[in-house]
Amino acid sequence: MSVKHGLSGVVRLGIQSLLLHKLRAILTMLGVLFGVASVIAMLAIGEGASAEAQEQIRQLGSQNVILRSVKPPEDLRGGGETTRVSSYGLTTSDFERVRDTFPAVVRTVPVRQLQQEVRLEERVLNPRVLGTDAQYVNVTGRKVCEGRFLSDQDQAAVSNVCVLGYEVARFLSPFESSLGKSIKVGGEYFTCVGVLLPRVPLGSDPAQPGVEVTGEVFVPLETGRSWFGDTQVKIRSGSREMEEVQLHEIYVQVDSDEHVTLVADAAKEMLKRQHKQKDWEVVVPLELLLQAEKTKRTFNIVLGSIAAISLLVGGIGIMNVMLATVTERTREIGIRRALGAKRRHIVTQFLVETVVLSVGGGLLGIALGLVIPAGVEHWAKMKTVVTPDAPILAFAISAGVGVVFGIYPAWRAAAMDPVEALRHE
Amino acid sequence: MAGSADLPVAELIDVTRLYKMGANEVRALDRFSFTFRAGEYWSIMGSSGSGKSTLLNLLGCIDRPTTGAYRIKGEDTQTLDDDELSELRSRHIGFVFQSYNLIQQLNVLENILVPLIYQDDPPEDGEERARRLAQRVGLGDRLDHKPTELSGGQQQRVAIARALVNDPTFVLADEATGNLDSKTAKEILDLFDELHAEGKTILLVTHEPSVGLRAQKTLRLKDGRIEDVRDNRAVVA
Ligand SMILES: Nc1ncnc2c1ncn2[C@@H]1O[C@H](COP(=O)(O)OP(=O)(O)OP(=O)(O)O)[C@@H](O)[C@H]1O
Ligand SMILES: [Mg+2]
Repeated sequence: MSVKHGLSGVVRLGIQSLLLHKLRAILTMLGVLFGVASVIAMLAIGEGASAEAQEQIRQLGSQNVILRSVKPPEDLRGGGETTRVSSYGLTTSDFERVRDTFPAVVRTVPVRQLQQEVRLEERVLNPRVLGTDAQYVNVTGRKVCEGRFLSDQDQAAVSNVCVLGYEVARFLSPFESSLGKSIKVGGEYFTCVGVLLPRVPLGSDPAQPGVEVTGEVFVPLETGRSWFGDTQVKIRSGSREMEEVQLHEIYVQVDSDEHVTLVADAAKEMLKRQHKQKDWEVVVPLELLLQAEKTKRTFNIVLGSIAAISLLVGGIGIMNVMLATVTERTREIGIRRALGAKRRHIVTQFLVETVVLSVGGGLLGIALGLVIPAGVEHWAKMKTVVTPDAPILAFAISAGVGVVFGIYPAWRAAAMDPVEALRHE
Repeated sequence: MAGSADLPVAELIDVTRLYKMGANEVRALDRFSFTFRAGEYWSIMGSSGSGKSTLLNLLGCIDRPTTGAYRIKGEDTQTLDDDELSELRSRHIGFVFQSYNLIQQLNVLENILVPLIYQDDPPEDGEERARRLAQRVGLGDRLDHKPTELSGGQQQRVAIARALVNDPTFVLADEATGNLDSKTAKEILDLFDELHAEGKTILLVTHEPSVGLRAQKTLRLKDGRIEDVRDNRAVVA
C-alpha cells in the first residue's frame, strides 16, 4: 500500500469497500446496467430502422426529382370482366418539355417498364425490364460490374443489346459470365453487353422473402418500344387489362440540392397543365430524406427520454445505497477525520465508490447493449446500427450519474462533525 | 529538543465545553485554563465523567469549545479552518482513543498508515516506519490481520502504533494501557518513556495510580475543573 494519497489509492479503497458488500454492489449496478444497455439498444434499433429507410431513399438520388406515371383512380374502379385499354401516364412530350424548359436540370432520363419474360436456355425469369438510355447510370448512381452500360449508339442504332442486373445475371448464367450471351426478352434475342452491381453492397441485404424476382434488365428505350409497342397486357384477378403508358418514370437530375424543390414544383405545375387527370406523381427523394431524418430525430428523442428515465432510476438506486453506506460507516468517517482526513478526502472516497459503481454498471451495460442489437438482428431479422458514439455517450452518462447522485451522500459524510461521528455506533 | 523545552504546546484559556441534554446541561469542562509545555509527560486522572476525554478531544482538535480559546503550537484554533485543523491533526497529533477506533476493513499495516495518507506531503518512508512501529508494539508478525482477528490488547497496540506513525509532537492517549496485561502495559509505558526521552509531549489518561505515577506530573480533574496538580518526580524521590 502506497502512502501517497494518489487517485489509484482512493479508487482501490473504493473498490475494496464495495467488495465487502458484493451483492449490494451488484444490485446497485444493475440499475445503471439496464439504463445504459437500453440507451444503446434503443439507439441501435432506431438507427437501424432509419438507416434502412434512408438508404432506400438515397438510392433514388438526393439531387433527383422523379416523375412517375400513376394509374388514375377512376380506372381502378372500372375493371369487371371486360377487356379494356387504359391509356394514361407520362408522355414523350412531357419528357422533352422537362428536358428543355428548366435551366437547372442537368440530365433527364426516361424509363419505360416492359412486361416481358427473360430467358436464357431453360432458365426463365420475370424481372423488371426497363427501357432507358445511357444516362440512367449517371442519374441513379448504379455501378457497372462487367462490360458496359447502354450507350448513345445503342440508342441511335436501335440495337438489340441488354444490360443485366447482378441478380439476374447470376440467375441466368450462374457459372460463367453473361457477357456476349444472347438473352431472350419476350420473343426477341438481345446480346448482353454488361452487368450492373447490385443496389446494395453484396451480403448486407439478404433476399426479401416473397419477392422472387429481384433485379432488372435494361434495354435501349427505342429498341424496347419498337419491339413491344406501347401497349401491354396485364392479367389481374381474372380480367385482362391493356395498358398504354409511354413512360413510367422520368428521372430528372438537378444541378444542386437548393434547386430540387424549385424544379419539383415547376414540374408539378407543368404536369397539372398538360394532363387532364392526375395520372402522375412527383417524388422528391431529398424531401423524403429530410422527412425521414426528422422522424428519426423525434424517434431518438422519445427513445432517449425513456432510456434517461431508466438511468435516473439507476442513479436514485445508487444514491439510496450510498446514503445507507454513509450512515453505516459514520464511525469510520469519524476515525479518518480525527486522524487528519480533510473533507475533500472523504468526499473523494465516497464519490469514487459511486463512480466505480456506476461506471462498472455502465461498462456491463455497454456489453449488454451491444449484445441486444446483435440478438435483435439475428432473431427478429431487423437491421440495427450501433454508432460508435452511442456507447461513448452511454458511458459518459453513467459516469455522470455516479457523480451527480454520489455528491449528496459524499457531502453528507464529509460534513459530519468528527467527535459526533466517532461516538456513532 | 532541549531548546524548545519550555515552549507551550497547548494553552487553554477559560475553556468551557457544555453538553445540552434537553433542559439540563453538563459542563464537561468548566472555565478550564491550563498550559502544557513541550517535552512534558502528564498523566491525567479523575473519576469517570470528570472531563478527561473531553479535554483530550479539544487538544486533539476534533472538538471545539463552547466558550473560551486555546492554542496548539502557538496557533489559535479558532482562526483555523477545517482543512488547517485536519492538517494539524495529521502532522502533530497522535491520538490513542479510549475505544481503539481501528478501521475494520483495513489490516494492521493499513490501519497504522491511515494518518500519513491524508498529509499534504506524506513522507517517503511511511510504510517502513509503520512496520518498525508494529515491531515495536509487538505486532510485527500480524501486519495483514484485520482488527476482528486481534485481541483487545493487540488492537490497543495497533492504535498506539498508529498514533506514533506521523511522528507527532503531541501524543494524546486515552486509557492506552487499560486493556493490557501488566507485562504488555509495562512495555507500552516503557515505550512512552522512550518517546518522552525523544522530546515528545505526552498526555496519558488513566485510572490506575501506578500508571499515573510513571508520568512526570499528574493533573487531576473533577467535574470539569482542575482538582490537583502534582509533580511525581518529587514523590518518587
Ligand atoms: N456527547 C455528549 N453528550 C452529552 N454529554 C456528554 C457527551 N460527552 C460527554 N458528556 C458528558 O460530559 C462529561 C465528561 O465526559 P468525558 O467523556 O470527558 O468523561 P471522562 O472523564 O473521559 O470519563 P471516563 O473516565 O468514564 O472516560 C460526562 O458527564 C459526560 O456525561
Ligand atoms: Mg473518557
